[in-house]
Amino acid sequence: MDATGTVAPSDATAGDEVWVLGAAMTRFGRYPDQDLIDLGAAAANAALADGGVSMADIDVLGAGNLYEAGSGVGQRLQKQIGQTGIPVYNVANACATGATAIRCVYMAIKAGEADMGLAVGFEKMGKMGLLGAKPPSGEAEAFEPSGRYGSVMSVEGRLGTTLMPGVFAQAGMEYAYENGGVGFEQFAKVAEKNHRNSTLNPLAQYRKEFSLDEIMGAPMMAYPNTVLMCCPTGDGGAAVVLVSGERLRSLSDEQQARAVRIGASVMTSDPWTEGDQVQPDVNTLTRQAASRAYEISGVDPSDLDLVELHDCFATAELIHYDNLGLCAPGEAGKFIEEGGPERDGPTPVNVSGGLISKGHPLGATGVANVYEVTTHLRGEAGDRQIPGARVGLTHVIGLGSACCVHVLEKANA
Amino acid sequence: MGRQVPIVDYLVLDDGPPHLVAGRCRGCGALYFDRRNGCARCFGTDFERVPLATEGTVRSFTIVHRAAPGVPVPYASAIVGLDGGGLVKANVVHTPADPEHVGLGMRVRLTTFPAGHDREGTEAVAFGFEPA
Ligand SMILES: [Zn+2]
Repeated sequence: MDATGTVAPSDATAGDEVWVLGAAMTRFGRYPDQDLIDLGAAAANAALADGGVSMADIDVLGAGNLYEAGSGVGQRLQKQIGQTGIPVYNVANACATGATAIRCVYMAIKAGEADMGLAVGFEKMGKMGLLGAKPPSGEAEAFEPSGRYGSVMSVEGRLGTTLMPGVFAQAGMEYAYENGGVGFEQFAKVAEKNHRNSTLNPLAQYRKEFSLDEIMGAPMMAYPNTVLMCCPTGDGGAAVVLVSGERLRSLSDEQQARAVRIGASVMTSDPWTEGDQVQPDVNTLTRQAASRAYEISGVDPSDLDLVELHDCFATAELIHYDNLGLCAPGEAGKFIEEGGPERDGPTPVNVSGGLISKGHPLGATGVANVYEVTTHLRGEAGDRQIPGARVGLTHVIGLGSACCVHVLEKANA
Repeated sequence: MGRQVPIVDYLVLDDGPPHLVAGRCRGCGALYFDRRNGCARCFGTDFERVPLATEGTVRSFTIVHRAAPGVPVPYASAIVGLDGGGLVKANVVHTPADPEHVGLGMRVRLTTFPAGHDREGTEAVAFGFEPA
């Protein structure tokens, strides 16, 4: 670019590239008076308006939702925003659902089947409490081994825990076992940062700052994660409009200037590891997705101006510093201690407040983090803007597992 | 004493001291506790049943304070690396469930405890690990 920073986005001439043209999200929170489709429609219409286009321009729809998967959420959404007969991909992929919807649209454009597409992630959870915690079944008539482990009763709580807070606590503690300098306090500092960041984000579900003592002294869910170190359940929608480079070139200067380039879009599932047989290994697939994304985009972790990563629990965020290469190997504890992921640190992480404070309506999350990074790269993030942000990365994990990483770059970078 | 059954079929109660068994892939040596269609690592389909060590090291743990209704809290859940191979998740028992008594790198050994009865009086037996 030249000194004025106003050079036309020459990359937009590359026909095989995919760009974010429009992006929007609802505030995350609780919407007792709105249904799932209301949330999706609000986000979709706002993203279309943001991109300066309408449903008439859209060639493909990716609809990401978990709790009503199987009900044709994309078609139900179309009935409220425009039925144009385009293909709809309804996807469910745990907490990577929204990012998977983005990838459906991304791949359709890459394949040349579509010039422009809409991806929507939306979820209505309400107040659900501890996910997956089933009430005990009554006394069995006669024990009968069932399932692939030949179990005669529920093993939850009897052979350890497989519920989310405990799984991610154990993932974090395994990192602590293998690397020094990590303990309860370092994990808590992640939550302290994200709660503080959320006070600047009007779209966050919670916007309250807590001291380290308050976080560590809050009711314990699964050590070392206290309740203030766990993401809440909630409702919300997020949407992005993606466009091919060729089609973008036909749009207005303003649309081109605000467009954000997708430097890499990568998805992985967990490869075999020994630990993955005991509980999902959230590390290896993240490392593989990140290294591929860096390779494809030519971006180095040190180039990143901001990262939105999957902090479903504070323990998760800390280990992903290492998995995404944001810190030296084994030094995630030192990274948080030295303020590395703070807003004014070398690599700001979860300046939105993250899942811990911004909220985590499952299907919306992987779209909302693309919205967040896009907004910073456009310089439109208001009070929480990271000054001069040009390159960012988003990361989500759906346990079981699916991982999506996107590298986003400012148009005239 | 009434009849006993293991809570899962990879816990062996009737062949010497209680211990765990795994299916070991004859192709690559990967260990599995569940019924397999094939090996996730090498795609082989030939497995042999092997006994695992009863002692190991705590590689990770959590203290669960919020659980499903009916599950007593707090309790310690741990990932134990068994001597000679095999990773397993289980409760740490016979010691207080707090981070002062359960720790990373702690040596543990397998033990069993009653997990409940059915209406015919059969007892289900679970396994856990106690400080060694
Ligand atoms: Zn094998």
